This record gives sequence, structure tokens and C-alpha cells, in this order.
Amino acid sequence: MRNIRFQRRANVSTVRKIINPVIFVILAFVFCGIFLAALGFNPLEVYAKMCRSIFSVRGVQKSIVAGLPLIFTGLAVAFGYRMNLNNIGADGQYAMGSIFCIWFGLYGPDMPTVPKILIMILLAMAGGAFAGLLAAIPKAFWGVSETILTMMLNYVILLFLDYLTHGPWKEPNQIISQTAKIDEAYWLPDIGGTGINVILLIAVGVAVLIYLFHKRATKGYEMEVIRVSPETARYAGINVRKNTLIVLAVSGAIAGLAGFAQIGGIVHRVQTNMPNGAGYTGIVIAFLAYLNPLSVVVVAILFGALQISAVAVQILGVPSQVATMIQGSVMLFVIAGEFFIRYKPVTGQAARKEEAQ
Amino acid sequence: MSVLAISIISSAVLSAVCVLYATIGEIFSQKAGIMNLGLEGIMLMGAVSGYLVAVHKQNLGLAILVVILVGAALGVVFAFLTVTLQADQTVAGLAMLTFGSGLSGFIGKDVCGVNANLAFDPFDIPLLSKIPIIGPALFHQSILVYAMYIIVPLSMIYLNRTRPGMVLRALGENPAALDSAGYNVFALRYAYVIFGCVMTAVSGACLSLAYTNFWSDGMTSGKGWIAVALVVFSAWNPLIAVLGALLFGVVSIVGIDIQMYYTALPSQFYSALPYVATIIVLIFTTGNFRKGKSNAPESLCIPYDRENR
Repeated sequence: MRNIRFQRRANVSTVRKIINPVIFVILAFVFCGIFLAALGFNPLEVYAKMCRSIFSVRGVQKSIVAGLPLIFTGLAVAFGYRMNLNNIGADGQYAMGSIFCIWFGLYGPDMPTVPKILIMILLAMAGGAFAGLLAAIPKAFWGVSETILTMMLNYVILLFLDYLTHGPWKEPNQIISQTAKIDEAYWLPDIGGTGINVILLIAVGVAVLIYLFHKRATKGYEMEVIRVSPETARYAGINVRKNTLIVLAVSGAIAGLAGFAQIGGIVHRVQTNMPNGAGYTGIVIAFLAYLNPLSVVVVAILFGALQISAVAVQILGVPSQVATMIQGSVMLFVIAGEFFIRYKPVTGQAARKEEAQ
Repeated sequence: MSVLAISIISSAVLSAVCVLYATIGEIFSQKAGIMNLGLEGIMLMGAVSGYLVAVHKQNLGLAILVVILVGAALGVVFAFLTVTLQADQTVAGLAMLTFGSGLSGFIGKDVCGVNANLAFDPFDIPLLSKIPIIGPALFHQSILVYAMYIIVPLSMIYLNRTRPGMVLRALGENPAALDSAGYNVFALRYAYVIFGCVMTAVSGACLSLAYTNFWSDGMTSGKGWIAVALVVFSAWNPLIAVLGALLFGVVSIVGIDIQMYYTALPSQFYSALPYVATIIVLIFTTGNFRKGKSNAPESLCIPYDRENR
């Protein structure tokens, strides 16, 4: 036992890539169980209640709906990270997208349903892209850290949203600080009788588009080169500055779509602090999905389920922050687990034996 | 007028100190080659753990001790991920952020809005507090502020004038050379990461036990990120970090004060000022408008792997 060493694995099987995180996710839940127990809850009871709340038709519907904005923020973060850009401002871009979108939805001219919705979608994307560019310009031209910029912008934009929902855009004669709902004519329908909004199809569509973009488009390849080595990219004549601007703008636009998802398909209005940390959850999602846009969809819905189940255990007196705590520990444990994908533990004897062969 | 000036300076100093602990801790951590973006989460954990002890045990000494232990524990976790397991430091930092904000909200639920009736109260330093304006502004403060008056010069001396300080700089510039010279790179990096996290946790305690004197979910509201920004802004120099932190403190305090006299603008405008100021200052100080060498440690964010020397 004393002579444990770590050896780099020659090749990593796909099965291991999937099984390994699953094991560490379970460990994360066990770890959180310790904190639940420390606060006097029975972890098994809490987890059982969480499971019961999502394993039903209604539970699955709710999980998917809760996952919708998360798909967009997860895709946004993953897209930026593909070029090593840490966009942790998806919260702010989401908020900016919803501000642009609700402005047209509530105060724009009446027009037929389809063009109105299309303009709302475009404006949500424009809002997010605008917020993304606010950080992208200093990054691209002067090399200022986009991590800190996007984060600071989150606070600024959320305060702006707070102002709008408390002040000029507040629904009149209501106590809660939120805007009025948009006209019912512009609500997107559910898919058949499933209780799941058409937004899901849009989200999956966007994910597939991004997937194809990474696989097939020249720009997708350029991003890959820049990620691996900006120096090589410059040498090959790729414009890193232009790509930085485009990627952060697109990343912001995708996050902005989360705002449209809420307005067009879920709550139909904008509430104070509507993003509610979706941008940060998006980071966890993007990471767990290995930046793969299709996996993002699945992981985001699982995180939607986590949020729904966290609400369900509030009846037992468990603070709703349990969801964020689990998210954080899942991320910590999976990061630790990454190591065991790349390396395998071997005892000193086995290592020597292998070397001898 | 002088009463107002004193109140502004004294609050700005306290507000600056609340981010300075984290900033100086992060300077040491980054000098050692490890960037910790999870400051916000660690700060929250410091704030909540200190406040919990203050409410339940009514003992400030014990509160600070617990805060230091919590910071150290989080530091061990972060160092394990980034030094031993060589994880991506950005991702690991964001994980610490999420974990810290979630766990702090979770364990702090019961004391949210509860009054501890206990805080680090300001007290006078004899003689010095008698100096007009400066006295009441700078020498009628709490122990956490006085400690910072000593920590800043000490950290400057440590970084620039001592042998361990030289080793620390080498740790972030060229760990392989240090390893060849017989130093234990891993142990040293662990030590500085843990030190950084302890300081950050104390920053949080400063907020909940000396500045606002309450706990609420996510109460640091970006101060951890401002500390990260200050590290880059200061070019890893504690003295410049002090100036940055004071600027930040003045902007936040003046905003709060003006708000009371000039109510035409919405309160959110004033709340946004410190963040906007940080963005502008960050662009002007770290933007490479001229071609010049950055002061960033050469091996920042690069895990040290003996096999790839």
C-alpha cells in the first residue's frame, strides 16, 4: 500500500470518461450528505424526497422547463471556453437579453405573431451580444482579463435590471417588482400535449447548430487553433482579435436567448434578479459536459431537476441553497476525478513489473 | 464639513481593509504561481463561519480562529486540486466559488437576519487619535484595521527584502529551477495557497463582523472579484493594492453618502458605481496600450509537473 504511484494512462476509453464522473458525482452527494446531517437533517430522507419530486410526469416536465434557461447559459459558457475565453458573465448577458426582449414585447408595436416573436428573439440575442461585447472590446484590443470584466458587468447589468423592474417598467398596482406579462398572443405554445414549451426545440436546435459549427465550419477550426496556441494561430494568419470579438458576442447572444426563453415560453415577463445564478450554473454545466453542446442539453436538464428537487425539500426545512451547494461539490469532485481519467494509481511493485516487461 | 470628511475617510478605510486581506492573500498565492478565482466563495465562507460563531458562542476570538481554520481547510482543498491533481486553475476556482456561495448560504440560513450583538468595535489608539481629522479617521478603528496597518509593510518587506520572499518569487517564475535547488515546490505552493485562502476568509469575517455586522446570502456582492481585479491592477504590489482598495472604498462610501442628499438618481446607480469604477480602472491600468512586459509571474496558472520538467 505504501508504494502507490500514478501512471499516465496511454489511452482513455469513452466508458471511463462517462463512468468516472458518475462515480465522483455520487461521492459529491455523499459529501453533501455530511453537511445535511450536520444541520440535523436525515440525508437519506432528503435525497429520497428529492428523487420522488422529479420521478413523475409532472416532475420531468418541471425539470425540463427549469433546465431551459440553463441550456442556453451552459451553451454560452461552453462556446466561449472553446477558445479559452472565460465568459462568466452569462448571468448579465441573460439579463441584458431579457431587457431588450421585454422592451419590444411590452412597448413595441402590435404586429402579427410570427414577426413579433422573431424580432423578440433577435433582440434577446442582440442584448446578450451587446453585454458580451462590452467585455470583448477591452479584451480583444488591450488584453484586459475577460474573466473579471464579465463578472463586474454582471453586477452592473443586474442592478440595471433591478432598477427597471422596481421603477419605470414595474407592473402598475402590484406589490411584486416585475414587469407586466407580454400579450398572450405572443406566448410560444407547448409541444403537443406534453406540457413542455417549444423553446426546448429551439434550444436543441441551437445546440445542434453549435455542434455542427465546431465540427464543420472553418471558424470552428480557427477557434480550436486559437485555443491550443494563439501564437500558432497568429502565425497562420488567423485574426485572434476579430475571433475574440465574435466569440464573446456569440456567446453573449446565446446567453441572451435564455431571456427570450423566459419571456416567450415560461414566465412571460421579467422579474428582479431573473437569471438567479443561471450563468454560474452554466459554468458547472459546460464543464461537466466537456464543452460538448449536445451533452450540455442533457446536463442542463439534470441541473433543472436538481433545482426542482431542491425546492421540493424546502418542506422539510432544508434551505434552498442546497442546490448550489450540491452543484459546487459536484464540480469540485468531478475536477478531482479528472485526474483519475488521465492517471491510474498503481502500486510500486506493479509499476516496476510493467517497466520490466 | 470635517465631520463628514472624517466619516467618509474612516468608512472608506474600513471598506478598503475588507477587500485588502483577500487582495494581499491572493498576491501571495499568485506570486507562488497559483491563481485562485474562488475568492468570492471563500470570502462568503469566512463571513458566515465567523458570524455563526459570533451568534452562537458570543466570542470574537473564537470566531476569528474558526474563520482561519475554515479558510485553511478550503485552502487545502484548492491546493489539492491545483497543485497535486494539476487541475485547470480557472475551472477549480470557479468550482470553489460555486461551492462556497452554496455552502455558506446553506449553513447560514438560520442566522440570516439574526442580530449577533457582537462585532469588532472601533477603539482609540492613545495620542495618535488626537491628531485632527486623521486621528479620528484612521486611529479610531477596529483591531482588524490596525492589523492591516502592520500587514501591509510586513508583506512588502517579506516580498522584496527577505530570502523566503525571493524563493516565493522564484516559485511563480521558475519552479523547476527552485526544485533543482532542493526546495519542495509542492509544499511551498500548498503553504502559499493556504495562506491566501486564510486571508480571504478573514476578509469575509471583516465584512460580517466589522463592516455590515450581519449575515445575508451572497453578502460579499462581488468584493471577492474586486480583490482579484486589485491584484492585477496593483501589478502584484501590496502598496499599490492599498491605493486601489482605498479608491474602491471611497467610491462606494461617497456613493452611499451622496445618495442621501441627492435622490434624483436611483439607488441602483450608486450601487453600480464601484463596479463601473473597477472596470474603468482595470482597463486603464492593465490594458496593454503600449508594448510592455507584464509583471505577472511567469508560471502563473501552469501546474508544476516534475515529469515534464
